[in-house]
Amino acid sequence: MSQNSIVDGNFLADMNRNKLFNIRLSHIVKPLCVSSVGILFFLIIWQSAANRIETSLGQFPGPMQVWEQSLNLVDDYQREREREAAFYVRQSERNAERLAENPDTEIRERMYTGQATFPGQIVTSLYTVGFGFFLASIIAIPLGIICGLSENFYIAINPIIQIFKPVSPLAWLPLVTMMVSALYVSDDPMFDKSFLNSAFTVALCSLWPTVINTTLGVASIDRDLINVSRVIQLSTWKHVQKIVLPSAVPVIFTGLRLSLATGWMVLIAAEMLAQNPGLGKFIWDEFQNGSSDSLGRIMVAVVVIGFIGFLLDQMMLALQRRFSWDKQTIVR
Amino acid sequence: MQKFLELSNIGIEFSTDSGVYRALTDVVLKIDQGEFITLIGHSGCGKSTVLNIVAGLLQATEGGVILSGREVTSPGPDRAVVFQNHALLPWMTVYENVELAVKQVFKGSKSKIEIEQWSMHNLELVHMQHVHYKMPHELSGGMKQRVGIARCLAMQPKVLLMDEPFGALDALTRAHLQDSLMEIQKDLNNTVIMITHDVDEAVLLSDRIVMMTNGPAATIGEVAVVDLPRPRDRVQLADDPHYTQIRQQVLSFLYDKQKLPSISPKSQQQDNSVKIAAPKVA
Repeated sequence: MSQNSIVDGNFLADMNRNKLFNIRLSHIVKPLCVSSVGILFFLIIWQSAANRIETSLGQFPGPMQVWEQSLNLVDDYQREREREAAFYVRQSERNAERLAENPDTEIRERMYTGQATFPGQIVTSLYTVGFGFFLASIIAIPLGIICGLSENFYIAINPIIQIFKPVSPLAWLPLVTMMVSALYVSDDPMFDKSFLNSAFTVALCSLWPTVINTTLGVASIDRDLINVSRVIQLSTWKHVQKIVLPSAVPVIFTGLRLSLATGWMVLIAAEMLAQNPGLGKFIWDEFQNGSSDSLGRIMVAVVVIGFIGFLLDQMMLALQRRFSWDKQTIVR
Repeated sequence: MQKFLELSNIGIEFSTDSGVYRALTDVVLKIDQGEFITLIGHSGCGKSTVLNIVAGLLQATEGGVILSGREVTSPGPDRAVVFQNHALLPWMTVYENVELAVKQVFKGSKSKIEIEQWSMHNLELVHMQHVHYKMPHELSGGMKQRVGIARCLAMQPKVLLMDEPFGALDALTRAHLQDSLMEIQKDLNNTVIMITHDVDEAVLLSDRIVMMTNGPAATIGEVAVVDLPRPRDRVQLADDPHYTQIRQQVLSFLYDKQKLPSISPKSQQQDNSVKIAAPKVA
């Protein structure tokens, strides 16, 4: 900042650059600081409250216990992985021995069936919710499009939507279970029944936000655009493909986000009851287990469920930003 | 002799919550090929309704529209419509918007390359070829309207219907587009029906100005023939006594004969010769 730099204008440029940098920095740093303070306060209150709550399974878990248990769960996972690796090594050695004794021996490759690990249960949960959500979407989007295009169809189907929409997943589950048992009979099942029960329950509950939002999106297309389509005489199929769907995409995404969030919530309850080896079953098993670590482990699951729900929503947001033409609206 | 485009005794009624509303009655208009017609009148007088009936977007309750010997029953690309708010598909580029119409109208008769060339050619007509890759939201209002016009021209319509195409634009952009439109019309000899609120625009562009009475039961009040020689120049016309006289005629129709009342009379009974302006119906 010498006298020279003021004269040749560099000083001003520098100052502007600094200012800009500061503004950008403050956009990132300030929210980060403020939310850190918030989280810190929350953790302190949580810990001090937890210290005062005694349950029959020991103290209510605070942040410290949760951290401990999450490390334990990681250890469990690694131990299980080592056991698995050892199992396969033993198996291949044994098979090699047998082959050496008698080359005609039929070799049987067995899958390792160890304990379910926490990361494994997370994967199962994600897989289940993904399947249920996919199922819901491929039903809900076409249904919503038809509802939006035909007012009569909408009037016909609306009472059914309104009545099924508020039904709790727990009410569906027994029915779904019996249906799956009755209808999905196979000697070599591709899916576990518990998986199908959970996925179908998720689908039934996460159907509605997408149906309703797709209907809304399709029904509120700009009249001028519909008239353009009529003037150039697009066929119904082309009309849906070129005008209706693109126009409704932003609202459909809103529905899909709500559906996925609902599906993720429903999944945990469904897994508890259906005994699908995911996060819901993890919580249930820990609860039944009743060791002094159980509550801590359950709390780990609670936090993980929250994080995954958040990440799923962010994923949908990213997809919306990618696929929606409507770049002006701020999606949050 | 049969004219190119005939509106014969058109009347239309809408059923509303408060009963049947008669918007138009006995609209008779015969239009030659290559003629430029403007419809002018106060808001709510049913100008857009007339245009929509010609487009086939609305069905007349009585009478009908005959275009080169055939009755109009549904919308079609031979009656392309330029909408006031451009009505471009926001998820398509400028080029794709035009191409969608071209593909649809000329499928089977034009090859892929011809479709591409024809789309670009029409963008060139409105001087928009240089932004063919842009999205509509990146364009100004005037540019969007140009693309909307290009899309319609590309359909090679028998009649070009324009619903207040320049209504949402500022005065300078509007003048610019009017000049472009006159140029295009001179070259392509399109038949045009255009709705406007702007008396100067009407006189500058039209061969005939059709003045509509106020609704309900609106109809054609007067028709002014604009026999000014073409090409017309807005600056020169400003001093032209004949121009001033036509302008005067339209203005006096709008502001003396069809003056909007300050108090709305509830009178629904009126004959066709003496019109009392009635409340607007939204």
